[in-house]
Amino acid sequence: MATTKDTTPVHEVRPVTQELRIPARYLPTPTIGPGHSFATITDHISTIVLRRKTPIGWFIGLLIAMGGVGLLSISITWLLVKGIGIWGINHPVGWGMDIINFVWWIGIGHAGTLISAILLLLRQEWRTSINRFAEAMTLFAVASAGLYPALHTGRPWFDYWLFPYPNTMGLWPQFRSPLMWDVFAVSTYATVSALFWYVGLIPDLATLRDRATNIWVKRAYGAFALGWRGSAKHWLRYEHAYLLLAGLSTPLVLSVHTIVSFDFAVAQIPGWHATFFPPYFVAGAVFAGFAMVLTLAIPARKFFRLEDFITMKHLENMGKVLLATGLIVVYAYAMEWFYGLYSGNAFEGYMLKNRATGPYAKMYVALWVCNGLAPQLMWFKRFRTSTFWLFVVAMFVNVGMWLERFVIIPASLHRDFLPSSWGMYHGTFWDWSMFIGSIGLFFSLLFLFVRFLPMISIFEMRTLLPEAQAHSHEEAH
Amino acid sequence: MGGIGKPITGLYGVIAEFSDAQALLDAANSAREEGYTEMDAFSPFPIHGLAEAVGFAKTGLSAVVLTMGILGGIGGFFMCWYANVISYPLNIGGKPYNSWPAWIPIAFECAILLAALGAVLGMLALNGLPMPYHPVFNVRRFDQASRDKFFLVLQARDPKFQLDEVRDFLDKFNPREVVDVPW
Repeated sequence: MATTKDTTPVHEVRPVTQELRIPARYLPTPTIGPGHSFATITDHISTIVLRRKTPIGWFIGLLIAMGGVGLLSISITWLLVKGIGIWGINHPVGWGMDIINFVWWIGIGHAGTLISAILLLLRQEWRTSINRFAEAMTLFAVASAGLYPALHTGRPWFDYWLFPYPNTMGLWPQFRSPLMWDVFAVSTYATVSALFWYVGLIPDLATLRDRATNIWVKRAYGAFALGWRGSAKHWLRYEHAYLLLAGLSTPLVLSVHTIVSFDFAVAQIPGWHATFFPPYFVAGAVFAGFAMVLTLAIPARKFFRLEDFITMKHLENMGKVLLATGLIVVYAYAMEWFYGLYSGNAFEGYMLKNRATGPYAKMYVALWVCNGLAPQLMWFKRFRTSTFWLFVVAMFVNVGMWLERFVIIPASLHRDFLPSSWGMYHGTFWDWSMFIGSIGLFFSLLFLFVRFLPMISIFEMRTLLPEAQAHSHEEAH
Repeated sequence: MGGIGKPITGLYGVIAEFSDAQALLDAANSAREEGYTEMDAFSPFPIHGLAEAVGFAKTGLSAVVLTMGILGGIGGFFMCWYANVISYPLNIGGKPYNSWPAWIPIAFECAILLAALGAVLGMLALNGLPMPYHPVFNVRRFDQASRDKFFLVLQARDPKFQLDEVRDFLDKFNPREVVDVPW
């Protein structure tokens, strides 16, 4: 055994052999374009916010989105005047587009938390350039979602009854109801998402404060930056807090859609009363959310020339997540059939037959096309690396996830146990105006966000550069 | 704002500006090894090991977050139990009054909510933020600390602080410039 030992450290030879042996297509794609420094990253992202001239496209986009907000305001006003009778809901379908849209929006929000929290814990570096954007999307989606349960109570001016407070009626909320759990889950989710987002923004707000030339702009960002000065002690505590928030958000985001699914699973309606609802809903939420992130990121990256920061690798990874969660969703659709047939229960069996061949069969087929077939394109690298095809698939999924909630909610309610109580559900003008209005609200908030706040986390992007790696003497060995 | 070993002299400290993270980390480590105890470093992004280099290791956040989380969990559970069992007993479907599994989701959400508030407010409070004024903001080029420059300040309240010595010491690490920081 006395042969001469090669004393060269392994890590010093490995890169060479890698270059020689591994074909380029197997090497990891970088998460940031070449030629960037701390300064160029800072300047590129902060200039989008601080420049004086606003692109005309932004005004046009905001104007269209604000049109939606106007429609929403009119719809809400009319709803308050006339009551929820202006919607298409009635016996037997008491939950219609109000709840479909609520679940659709809240599901979209889940991808933001997944990207910012779960991918952080899993050390997925590529999340860095899309997390801020996705978190903003979460907040605005939750804001749009929150409108619906608040308004569908019928007398929204009494919504505060949902919260437990000592009152002269001597009454308390009914805490055994999943609807009450929902109040707590959604309000906690909204609060924690806002905290997470704001904490992530603090160092970047300090950058904007320091880069702004107009004194009022400087003061505005300065006020929200809270006097952040990048102290090493602050950074340590900041990163600790950020990691703890990620750790807390992870079970939170899983609990939110789990509790939303309890709203259905606890009821006895065929098509709702199923034990696999929580994981099915959570996977569907992530699926829908990633589709929305793609829907927003692809145009934004082009419009603001962010190709160096949101690279093809990011888009491709999102395509893969879309495929993986899409397969889970398809598995759940298949399980619905298995449970229904295996149970031998007449009502479960009829529910499935009604879905596939009943009056809403078209929507069920469309659901399979959108959520089952379209994401299968993501198996192929050619489609995953094409912004056009990614966008097309994402749009299919956006529609598909809305259809899924339609199939679950009205299509299950409209024919339950007693044929004498069967009926049909159609959205009215006001159902659709509320929906379009909430999309307008979502996009208005998003347009304001990209104009006034950095849509990519500047300080986290800086850490991606090799120059950001520094080592103390003790660690060098 | 008292000094540890010395009265306030009108000088907060001496600050050195570096162009890269490694230079800052080396300077901070050397300063600590040299015996300086009152110092801080500033960087545009978190640098691993820098807080330890300036003599800071425990954030104290874990205890805050754990306490808040436990309080939230117990508080949420108690709220459901008190409301639906003690104050106004509700019989739902013949279930026992204290059907505790039904209190779990709300207890869980309250635990997360309070723990998250504890993490954020605790981080800000322990960091002493918001703090609109700080002496380092007097440094002309300090606005670069949020872009691509790195700073190390040795504070005047350090018992070892001697103005000329400190300037010479910082000069050794090839800084871009070394300037005094007034209060």
